[in-house]
Amino acid sequence: MQRRTTAAIAVAGLTAALAWPVLAANNITVKGSDTMVILGQRWAEEYMKKHAEVAIQVTGGGSGTGIAALINGTTILANSSRPIKPEEIEQAKKNRIDVVVFRTAMDGLGVVASADNPVDHLTMTQVGKIYTGYISNWKQVGGPDKRIIRYSRESNSGTYVFFKEHVLMNRDYAADVQTMPGTSAVAEAVSRDPSGIGYGGVAYFANNPKLKILKIAKDEKSGPISPLLPDGRINYEAVWSQTYPIARYLYVYSAGQPQGPVKAYLDWILGPEGQEIVEKIEYVPMPANKP
Amino acid sequence: MTAGAVPRRRRSRWGESLIELFLRLNGFIAIAIITLIFVFLFKEGIQALRTIPVAHFLSTTELDFDSVPQTVRMWQPVGTNPKYSILPLIAGSLLVAIPATLIATFFGVACGIYLAEVAGKRTREIIKPAIELLAGVPSVVIGFFCLATLATFLQDLLHTSFRLNAIVGAVGVCFVIVPVIASMTDDALRAVPDELREGAHALGANRWETIARVVVPAGASGLIASILLGLGRALGETMIVLMATGNAAQVTWNPFESVRTMTATIAAELGAVPQGGEQYRALFLVGTILFTITFAINLAAEVAVSRMRRRLAL
Amino acid sequence: MRRAVLEQIALGILRGTAWAILGATAFLLGSIALGGAGVITWEFLTAEPTEGMTHGGIFPAIFGTICITLFMIGMALPLGVCAAIYMVEYAGRSSLARVIRASVNNLAGIPSIVFGLFGVGFFVLFVGRSIDRVRGGEMLFGQPAMLWAAATLAALVLPVIIVSTAEALNAVPRSHREAAFALGATRWQTVSRVVLPQARAGILTGSILSVSRGAGETAPILFTGCAYFLPRLPVAHLTIPFTGLSVPMVNPLDQFMELSYHIFIMATQSTDAAVTRPIQYGTTLVLVGLTFLLNLSAIWLRARYRRRLVAS
Repeated sequence: MQRRTTAAIAVAGLTAALAWPVLAANNITVKGSDTMVILGQRWAEEYMKKHAEVAIQVTGGGSGTGIAALINGTTILANSSRPIKPEEIEQAKKNRIDVVVFRTAMDGLGVVASADNPVDHLTMTQVGKIYTGYISNWKQVGGPDKRIIRYSRESNSGTYVFFKEHVLMNRDYAADVQTMPGTSAVAEAVSRDPSGIGYGGVAYFANNPKLKILKIAKDEKSGPISPLLPDGRINYEAVWSQTYPIARYLYVYSAGQPQGPVKAYLDWILGPEGQEIVEKIEYVPMPANKP
Repeated sequence: MTAGAVPRRRRSRWGESLIELFLRLNGFIAIAIITLIFVFLFKEGIQALRTIPVAHFLSTTELDFDSVPQTVRMWQPVGTNPKYSILPLIAGSLLVAIPATLIATFFGVACGIYLAEVAGKRTREIIKPAIELLAGVPSVVIGFFCLATLATFLQDLLHTSFRLNAIVGAVGVCFVIVPVIASMTDDALRAVPDELREGAHALGANRWETIARVVVPAGASGLIASILLGLGRALGETMIVLMATGNAAQVTWNPFESVRTMTATIAAELGAVPQGGEQYRALFLVGTILFTITFAINLAAEVAVSRMRRRLAL
Repeated sequence: MRRAVLEQIALGILRGTAWAILGATAFLLGSIALGGAGVITWEFLTAEPTEGMTHGGIFPAIFGTICITLFMIGMALPLGVCAAIYMVEYAGRSSLARVIRASVNNLAGIPSIVFGLFGVGFFVLFVGRSIDRVRGGEMLFGQPAMLWAAATLAALVLPVIIVSTAEALNAVPRSHREAAFALGATRWQTVSRVVLPQARAGILTGSILSVSRGAGETAPILFTGCAYFLPRLPVAHLTIPFTGLSVPMVNPLDQFMELSYHIFIMATQSTDAAVTRPIQYGTTLVLVGLTFLLNLSAIWLRARYRRRLVAS
């Protein structure tokens, strides 16, 4: 028994030792934005169907995760729903990584409430005040007398950062804002909460009968605009022209100029097939006349 | 003794010391790991103090909308003005761990007493394995159960405004620590010598009086140890609180509000920060604090257990 | 009279709590079984996730779980058994032994997320980056990989193995050791040929319990190697020199999918929680079933072993 066990261990050890020179797999790693992960996965799936020799590995975790991985050198492509910061580019340069920016799609960030909530539209200032804690009751914005339960994303999310910079004007979120790990968790939470409010990529909220996507007005004077057309499709014009005030780009950052299979993949994403998938996933494809 | 035996014994003695040395090195592995954990956590965490003043870990002052300076206790490490107060995180951890330990102590100790003193052999053979099976359920499964079923159930029952709050997390954590407390209580009480029970009966005590006034006090150190271990476990639980507490970093003493524990903060944010950055180091500092707290609690439990052993002369 | 009433009430409460715990456990497991029963098919267990993980199966997660636990046990078992042997057979009752035992107990109480931090800070960043620096190549070891996740889990389950091995070694009667010494055996000979073989069942029990523990832990592997979605299994093909044969092997430097992480991701970050709910339940049921099977076999083994030892 003892001799056989020793032999088994020796064989296992030898096999393990032989494995060490095997490099980590030759594939394209994509990490980052949770907003973009459905898009990223579908891109990867469709592309791999046509190009079976390429393996694309998609991970979510938030735009912050993706950019951090890019800086740490653990990924080649990073999805992000917020622009990369100058200090992040600096840090990447310190690790000898030049970040190249690609705008691959656009997104109208939706603000949602429960379908049971009579409130229909808000101004940007009102949304900002709700999330910073200055407005805490729905009756202050024309709704029922109920405490507003705020749902947000985690701080690693590009959506979180974008929202903080553009809607909260760099102020802090209120302390009692619940942080959910993904936009679908936000959607689920708000759909179960009649006094809830949440935000995230519109694709996660469209077609959910329990949610109501609020119309947002840029200020008191403008009319409230919805990111959706009356028939339920996404309003591309409103997003391209930024009349819908919370419109943003969805980025793919590459570690260095893309070469070979990575370049082919990025070209495909920016081409008609990739953009068609953007439409299918209910994000906004890049406007045809912009580079 | 033949001539050949002497060289063999010398060879085997040399081999013996080598083996003993090898085994001794392994014996230290637990000590080594604990030391390494502390060193590497502390090494990263202490660097956070290079860029973040110590006072900021408690609170910072900020101008509000009307330019009035306010004391702010927030954990919002991402933004133009990052805030690193750990007070909301500690409050969150306590707000989950303390109710969980209280509830679990009641159920766990009672169950342990039942198993050790009251249950018949057949009942014991059903309940003890059931508790061990409960102990074996992965915490992510319990977290999933809280998220999918328990949260809605409790909200319908208690009409709370936050569906995901500290109490949901506490009930989930209970599932984890009740087996710990129950089986340790059971062990502690079974170690109490029968003479004490027999003496009590001889003096006319009924079963409950024997339990309450003789057996439990005799096994008190073991009970205290089990409760301390349960508390330590509750403070260290990650997945359940990550999924069930709503993760809102606020300083509150209302268990029906959403809270954010130290463990959930680390779990949610560590994967997203560039290594060596300020937030990364702050998270390691939170980890060091967490490690120190649970280490101290476990040490206290050790002391209680050794006192119990000494008192029962084991 | 009043004392008797008090006694009945008290005993009733005690009994009630025990059955309440059972009831709560049944509620927990029942809801999972109900939700997941309809989902478990052969296809679910053997297919890959498709369509953005809203359909398909969970095979890569099952494969990843098996791989990681094998690596983990491969690291933890030798270390743990040797540590326990030293503790029981060589250190005896000295104060050193008490310190070792105290640190084993303390290790058992360390939060799993702290192990995750340790895995990142020590294994991935320190050990991994150092290996890369020595190799001088590109970053290979200094990133999250199955190897480091397994090492982190091994550190986590080490107390389980040490404690159950020590228990098993202590259960061997002292008379056996004394008989061996009387026959002139050295200490190591006694341990390896007399004590250890009798402790085999206890060590096996400990291994099974630790595998069950390792398969269920999520926090330590969150940042040390788990992946959200991998298009391929973490397998690489190794060409054996001089033969041209290509052998498929698990690649320990790859990332992997894992059951407990999959549950977490599906429950919190899946693209459509309502649609993936059945998958969540199904994965949970698979993981619970797996851990149950392991724990039950460990309990049964331990009961049988105790009966044999009592009888001997």
